[in-house]
Amino acid sequence: MRNEWYDFNSGAWEDEINVRDFIQNNYTPYYGNGDFLKGPTKNTKDLWQAVSELKKKEIENGGVLDMDTKVISTITSHEAGYIDKDKEQIVGLQTDKPLKRPLHTYGGIRMSVKACKDHGYEIDPEVVYNFTEHRKTHNAGVFDAYTPEMRKCRSNHIITGLPDAYGRGRIIGDYRRVALYGVDRLIEYKQNAKSSTNTVMYYDVIREREELSEQIRALEMLKVLANKYGCDISKPATTLKEAVQALYFAYLAAVKEQNGAAMSLGRTSTFLDIYAERDIKNGVITEEEAQEIVDHFIMKLRMVCFARTPKYNSIFAGDPTWVTESIGGMGTDGRPLVTKMSFRYLNTLNNLGAAPEPNLTVLWSSQLPDEFKKFCADISIKHHAVQYENDDLMRPLHGDDYGIACCVSSMKIGKEMQFFGARANLAKCLLYAINGGVDEISGEQVGPDYRPVTGDYLDYDDVMAKYKAMMNWLAGVYVNALNIIHYMHDKYSYERLQMALHDKNVRRWFATGIAGFSVVADSLSAIKYAKVKVVRDERGIVTDYIVEGDFPKYGNDDDRVDEIAKEVLHTFIQYLRQNHTYRDGIITTSILTITSNVSYGQNTGSTPDGRKAGEAFAPGANPMHGRDANGAVASLASVAKIPFMDSQDGISNTFTIVPSALGKTNEERIDNLIALLDGYTSKGGFHLNVNVFDKELLLDAQKHPELYPQLTIRVSGYAVNFIKLTKEQQDEVISRTFHSCI
Amino acid sequence: MQGHIHSIESFGTVDGPGVRFVVFFQGCPMRCLYCHNPDTWNASLGQSYEAIEIISKMERNLPFYKTGGITATGGEPLCQIDFLIDLFSLAKAKNIHTCLDTSGILFDRRNEMLLKKFDKLVSLCDLVMLDIKHIDSDMHKRLTSCSNENVLDFAKYLNEKGVKTRIRYVLVPSYTDDEDALKGLGKFLKGFSSIEKIEVLPYHNLGQVKYEGLGIDYPLKDCNIPTDKDVKRAFDIIYSSMK
Repeated sequence: MRNEWYDFNSGAWEDEINVRDFIQNNYTPYYGNGDFLKGPTKNTKDLWQAVSELKKKEIENGGVLDMDTKVISTITSHEAGYIDKDKEQIVGLQTDKPLKRPLHTYGGIRMSVKACKDHGYEIDPEVVYNFTEHRKTHNAGVFDAYTPEMRKCRSNHIITGLPDAYGRGRIIGDYRRVALYGVDRLIEYKQNAKSSTNTVMYYDVIREREELSEQIRALEMLKVLANKYGCDISKPATTLKEAVQALYFAYLAAVKEQNGAAMSLGRTSTFLDIYAERDIKNGVITEEEAQEIVDHFIMKLRMVCFARTPKYNSIFAGDPTWVTESIGGMGTDGRPLVTKMSFRYLNTLNNLGAAPEPNLTVLWSSQLPDEFKKFCADISIKHHAVQYENDDLMRPLHGDDYGIACCVSSMKIGKEMQFFGARANLAKCLLYAINGGVDEISGEQVGPDYRPVTGDYLDYDDVMAKYKAMMNWLAGVYVNALNIIHYMHDKYSYERLQMALHDKNVRRWFATGIAGFSVVADSLSAIKYAKVKVVRDERGIVTDYIVEGDFPKYGNDDDRVDEIAKEVLHTFIQYLRQNHTYRDGIITTSILTITSNVSYGQNTGSTPDGRKAGEAFAPGANPMHGRDANGAVASLASVAKIPFMDSQDGISNTFTIVPSALGKTNEERIDNLIALLDGYTSKGGFHLNVNVFDKELLLDAQKHPELYPQLTIRVSGYAVNFIKLTKEQQDEVISRTFHSCI
Repeated sequence: MQGHIHSIESFGTVDGPGVRFVVFFQGCPMRCLYCHNPDTWNASLGQSYEAIEIISKMERNLPFYKTGGITATGGEPLCQIDFLIDLFSLAKAKNIHTCLDTSGILFDRRNEMLLKKFDKLVSLCDLVMLDIKHIDSDMHKRLTSCSNENVLDFAKYLNEKGVKTRIRYVLVPSYTDDEDALKGLGKFLKGFSSIEKIEVLPYHNLGQVKYEGLGIDYPLKDCNIPTDKDVKRAFDIIYSSMK
């Protein structure tokens, strides 16, 4: 065994790249409580103080502190940068200064120019010239290939948020490999892969060989990056500090090269715990030092930032990066994957205060140790900065070494990646069905010229038949637009470093998404169980609806409407699956909007459920605000009915509750939250954001943002700083059902 | 038999132990000045349910209620005692923890027929939460429009039957917070072995909007909301008088 691996148990991991095998052979499950945890050290406090000051300045500055306008960000583009060099246990910044936003141009130069311009910066004209005249971008490639129909779908917002002008993200490199094996070994692995490709030079083999060369190049650059900070990561790490540092350099290299929509971290805590256990056992570090290393690492993750336009932030509220880290879960052998490091990660919320990033995600199983459940619930109630996802649902599909990218997208670390595909607006699609493909706002013929609804009242069977035909059309345009996007992204903005930290043969999930889910369910329910009269405008387009009578609403555990919701999803995913996909990606879909439910609503006319034009949709798979009238369990039960296999890329649900409605004492609140999570996951619920706070607190934060710099709330699949939301988004969060009972 | 139900809260966390399926019964003979559910007074309103329908609604989400159970409240569940017995019989048959939240106002041990029903009912209750509005009968009448003899007798009856009981007491400034009343309550409860907990609930005015909706004058317009300190004081007085 290599010297660096002293005290580790042997296994297949020594001879092959196999981090899971290393973890399984070496980790120590922890069943105790959080009493062993340590608070922040003086250095931690000083550093966080400095970062907080910078973040405050950033907000005062209108959202950015500084932007790079000249140096195109690559793994090695910048010299070393520090917050306070002598105090930092873990080093490395995206650029040469903290919170200075890197310049990414390969995704699309127009977006980069606009992002800078909107914040009062101007990109060096030579850079703009080069990326317009000489070096094509992903964005330019996509628009060369888009059909007129695709452009129309985009500009009429029936398909939105497509990653066609920036990095697609949602690819998680197995950053742990760098710590465990050292870069040299990983280069050797990729060189072997390259020397064993097929020798008939068909286009896919040529692409593979070129990609492998790029991956090797990126790994070489990764070593150079570490050298700039005086570190050598060519060999395996020998201590916890070295392991965290190597892992972080690998992640840092990814965010230096890619401004992906979501740049997630993976599942690192239990892996790193093995190093912590070894160091503590051998007297190399104390618990306090272990926590300090973790705190400094998490602090760095909180500082990851990208150049984004204010428009982008108004869709995906609050300057997000989705540095998602998955914690906990169960092993396939029945042992919990909870370690002391799982506690240390969550403890950063105590030590540094609440923050949206990293996006801490607990993989929940009813089998998790009781003390860990209690600790999570307590942290949730205190900091409302944790999301929960159902490990019992995902483990059978992915095994026990998967992670979450972005909010809810699960994938095996280092073995699977996903092509991120934004969302189709199924509520608007329903309106297209009623209006024969004509957009209810622009009046343009966007969809196919099918027969519109002709009578004054909507008939369920008639509308459903038209809706299915329209969904079938939408699925085709949508998947084909994504085929173009991913082809061009691979061609012009390939994620070489992240893919270097994957196996040779990767499974590719082809992700799509759905917006307007609950609006569609309620609309169809209204058509079926009440009477819905159409109102046509002077153009003859149906632009409003009069609902006569009551109807069952999604979110009340009422099968009459919940079954409609399931049918719509099942129909749409079937249509999606009928299409050819780039690189044989396997089609999945998600019901997730993050905060884009607000802008989807703004761009969608009135719907047959009584929702008026412009009103926000419910986020993700949530029931519409205020329509769930039987309390939280009934609401959760409706969402839990949505089959995971029809929406494998995630079903997001945001749960907001005032503390007093969760129980009288803190102990009761913890127990009740655990009961809720256990109940939801055992019913097959996929994901839950938990927000525990008072409406009054939010109203006050809206009025006095300066008093709440760290107020973090969870929206579907993601946490944001409340004060970074736009006024509309804040109002929407406040109006969302607060589950309270008297 | 059908019951008249005002509403159902599927995630109740403050009406009994654990997460509870809370059934709000329609109808109440009392008119408490501070009532926060005036929309439950009228017995002829509400939605009709068979007991089995309610239990089925709950049963499909049973995993949520592992540490909790079902709570009957209202309104006054005792107004529909036959339906309540039906409901709790079904719950007990399915091993669901049952909790009755009541004022006890309709208890009357002189009525033999009724007493038999109560015998049956309490045998089905894992927990009774008994609201004692005031220890003094005149004050009780002023506060609720009814005298308190039945209520206090029900407390004794629960003790005789050994039914696990929580006493709930709503603290309403200048109505229920004077020392004598609190001491009196404590002395009355002295020696009741069935009592597992005393809960002092601070008056709140969140029901006021409902009065406006119903077009009824809100009787306690200028009443203050007790502080945590007030609640603790009241609890301490009651508790120390029980010793």
